[in-house]
Amino acid sequence: MGNFLEAPYLLEAVVVVLGLALLMLEAFLPKADKRLVAYIALFGLAGVLVASFNMKAPENLEHSFWSFYATDNLAFFYKNIAVLATMLVIVMAIEYTPVLEKYVSQGSKQGGLGEFFCLPVFVCAGLMWMASAKEFITIFVSLETVTISFYVLVAYMRRNVGSLEAGVKYLILGALSTGFFVYGVTWVFGLTGETHLEKIGIALQGLEGSDSAVLFAFTLILVGLGFKVAAVPFHVWVPDVYQGAPTPVTAFLSVGSKAAGFIVATRILQPFLEMERLHSSFTTILVIVTGATILFGNFAAIPQTNFKRLLAYSSISHAGFLLLALTCTPDQFQLTPGQVVAFYLATYLLMTMLCFLVLTIVRRSTESDEIAAFSGLHRRSPFLAFALLIGVISLAGVPLTAGFLGKFFVFTLAIDSGRWILLAFAVVGAASGFYYYLKVARAMYWEEPTELAAIEISPLARLALLLLIIATIVFGVYPAPILGLLTN
Amino acid sequence: MSNLLYILIFLPILASIAIALGAPARLSAIGAALVNLAISLFLFASFDSTAAGYQFAASFPVIPSPEISLSVGLDGMSLVMVLLTAIVTLCAVWVSPKQVEGSLGLYYCSSLLISAGGLGAFCATDLFFFYAFHELALIPTFLMIGIWGTGARKMVAWKITIYLGLGSVILLAGLLALFINLGGKSFDMATMQAAVAAAELPATTQAWIFLTLLIGFGILISLFPFHSWAAPAYASAPTPTSMLHAGVLKKFGLYGLLRVAVPMLPGGINTPLPLPLLGEITVLDLMLWLLLGNIIVIGLVTIAQKDLDLMLGNSSVMHMGYVFLGIASYNSIGFSGAVVLMFGHGISIALLFALAGRIREHTGTLTISRLGGFGKLAPFLGLTFAFAAFASIGLPGFANFAGEVAVFLGAFKGAGTEITFLQGATIVALWGVVISAVYMLRAYRSVFKGEPHEGATMPDLTFSQRIPVLILVASLLIVGLYPPILLDKIKPGIELIAKAFAE
Repeated sequence: MGNFLEAPYLLEAVVVVLGLALLMLEAFLPKADKRLVAYIALFGLAGVLVASFNMKAPENLEHSFWSFYATDNLAFFYKNIAVLATMLVIVMAIEYTPVLEKYVSQGSKQGGLGEFFCLPVFVCAGLMWMASAKEFITIFVSLETVTISFYVLVAYMRRNVGSLEAGVKYLILGALSTGFFVYGVTWVFGLTGETHLEKIGIALQGLEGSDSAVLFAFTLILVGLGFKVAAVPFHVWVPDVYQGAPTPVTAFLSVGSKAAGFIVATRILQPFLEMERLHSSFTTILVIVTGATILFGNFAAIPQTNFKRLLAYSSISHAGFLLLALTCTPDQFQLTPGQVVAFYLATYLLMTMLCFLVLTIVRRSTESDEIAAFSGLHRRSPFLAFALLIGVISLAGVPLTAGFLGKFFVFTLAIDSGRWILLAFAVVGAASGFYYYLKVARAMYWEEPTELAAIEISPLARLALLLLIIATIVFGVYPAPILGLLTN
Repeated sequence: MSNLLYILIFLPILASIAIALGAPARLSAIGAALVNLAISLFLFASFDSTAAGYQFAASFPVIPSPEISLSVGLDGMSLVMVLLTAIVTLCAVWVSPKQVEGSLGLYYCSSLLISAGGLGAFCATDLFFFYAFHELALIPTFLMIGIWGTGARKMVAWKITIYLGLGSVILLAGLLALFINLGGKSFDMATMQAAVAAAELPATTQAWIFLTLLIGFGILISLFPFHSWAAPAYASAPTPTSMLHAGVLKKFGLYGLLRVAVPMLPGGINTPLPLPLLGEITVLDLMLWLLLGNIIVIGLVTIAQKDLDLMLGNSSVMHMGYVFLGIASYNSIGFSGAVVLMFGHGISIALLFALAGRIREHTGTLTISRLGGFGKLAPFLGLTFAFAAFASIGLPGFANFAGEVAVFLGAFKGAGTEITFLQGATIVALWGVVISAVYMLRAYRSVFKGEPHEGATMPDLTFSQRIPVLILVASLLIVGLYPPILLDKIKPGIELIAKAFAE
């Protein structure tokens, strides 16, 4: 061990310290503008992001104390996703301050606001921890760090009934799903005597006796994970919580929680899927969940009139495409399902954050999340309208935007693995996506605005939007940098 | 030299960005289109018609594995399509209004982006970008129809978007299936083509992939029975969008069939597939039935139209059937005919939409019974409309005639004493020429002949408005009077495609 700077948990530790420092700062400077906390968090995380690209992963951890801690490309990739998502969420939170003030403050104007900027940093630390976890206890602890922070964040607007309702729903269903997950873990431990995923894989290969116990354990864990990634039929919390939660938190849930769920799913499912005897049973269960998720997510999105709810169903449908990748066992294609999922999530981060950032800004000036509130946005702010247009067409998967490539790879995987039925579902789902995503474009460009006042955009938000637009288009045409991070 | 194609593709995109940042919309758009036409003509002139394979090729690697690169190159077929796109684009932005309700910049940007999508798709020699560029046009079309369309614009815009969206996703599945079955390593078309022989795909697999591609491309081409989006969309869309979409973009599907499906799935066409409701049927027979649907059924539908714009939209759907017939003949004569016909149809339909758009702009209606005698009021308009109508029917002297003749010849090439389904279908399809003559001439007579309605006015085209019209008429006549100007350049590339399945 010795050298702290070479410790595998260095980045996470820095983020936790940053979070604690921010809390202290917030407590000892009661008079200061709370947004100061956010700006400091932003700079701190930017530092972490830069550092993470320049860090050399410690090697040969298998036999050390840190054997439960993955330091592979995938882990670092997800850490970058987590940090980037957190930074964008904080930018959004700064834009969202006026709304928060309305529903939170007591006494002074910004009373009780500071923690809203600190908690995402702790979520970020949990997500980064999770990216490396390959042992059930670590997975559980990091998962709960994230989830418990989210319980607070979702219900943060205490004078808003919607936010409180969302908080209660998320708490109850979250706790329930955690229960399922832990119960599944205990079954696995009972069967194999291990909590370390690699060792579980080995133990499962040589396992004799009842298959139903393994299947039961697998299903329980899948229920827990399904909740995190919003897979059908464990998605029921998603629309209400997304709609009720403060918009920056919704964005964080949509990207951060999903990314974390999928890195864990990628790691956990592997030992099970490698078990030859039950491979087909596990796959069947996954395929059923995937099919239901793709169809439900896409079809239920069609009639939505509230943009936040629409994004909630869109989040479900994207979970379906991501799960589809996980069910695949490619034959010819050179990218693994794990890499495709990671790539997809990186693009999903860009386009979803783009949408939520515009939503946050529009929400502040129109006080509404309805699609109707975007009517004639093109006249009021061509820049915002263009940003959102790029966001939604990327979500819909129009080529030459980042969102297309994710779908492109998923489709290729599905064909290569002969998942014809799921592919047919995905085709129908993707086509219906054109309809419901473009509903927003229709409102912005076709409809007449209800008012004509220009919408103010802060320089920071403008910069973030510009960078996201450029990234969405550039990575849609030239994805090599992202893929390079995954394959080197 | 090798970067010319990149300039060609990205110039409209750069011009759109400039317009979005505040450059004068009309001037920039026409400027970009003029430069592009000049480049296309230069490429056309310097194209070596003795060499097969791609010329002016350039490549920019994007992903190493699976290999995707922004590769471009032209063979005779894509050269003709690029020329078509450049001509129609210039005319489309030229006839665009100088003022529109709402954002003028968005209007011109959309047209330019549709054009860039077409150019990119025709230049690309990489399957990924071939597909991706075409889709670039989808969103501008949606916006154009939705914002500046006429009639039931919103419904129509949805219809075209969902149809084309579904079509392109099906197409994507088909292309990816082809990619995986040809090794799954590279999206470069030449590499994939080279892998065809080694892959030795089972004929049934090829047939299934061909069918998927036929449906995917077919929706984009408005192949019967997936055609119902086309006529209302062209009728409702603003003039430049109809010109670009009917004239250029719809050719993408046909071009794709010739570029991808025909050479890369040589065994897929004649293998019976057990299809629900239809029983055992080969893809070729299915294609022939469907193209007869285009020619005869839609032909009769076209006769029944009461509005000029719907009639033109339907006629454009109908004429796709002839191009399909050229492809279905499966020899180099038929293929060449298909390419020339694509060019001729693209130019003539763009001209017809441009003139109809001019009439609508002035009268506010295109209902045939409410128009009349325009030949007296606006002689130049009447004359050029007649040219376009004659071209569209397929009278000798126009590009369409050269194409149609080659298509019909192709179908009978090597025919024995027995009449095959292909030849039978061709004989039926010949009657389609009569049908087009009926509706085109009838519309021409009602709109341009006779006495003008009382109080009706129709100013003739001004000097500036005549320029794009003359460019289009000249293109039709030059190719019509001297078809080898295109055929010579098409030949080597087409023979390569024909060779691919003959082996």
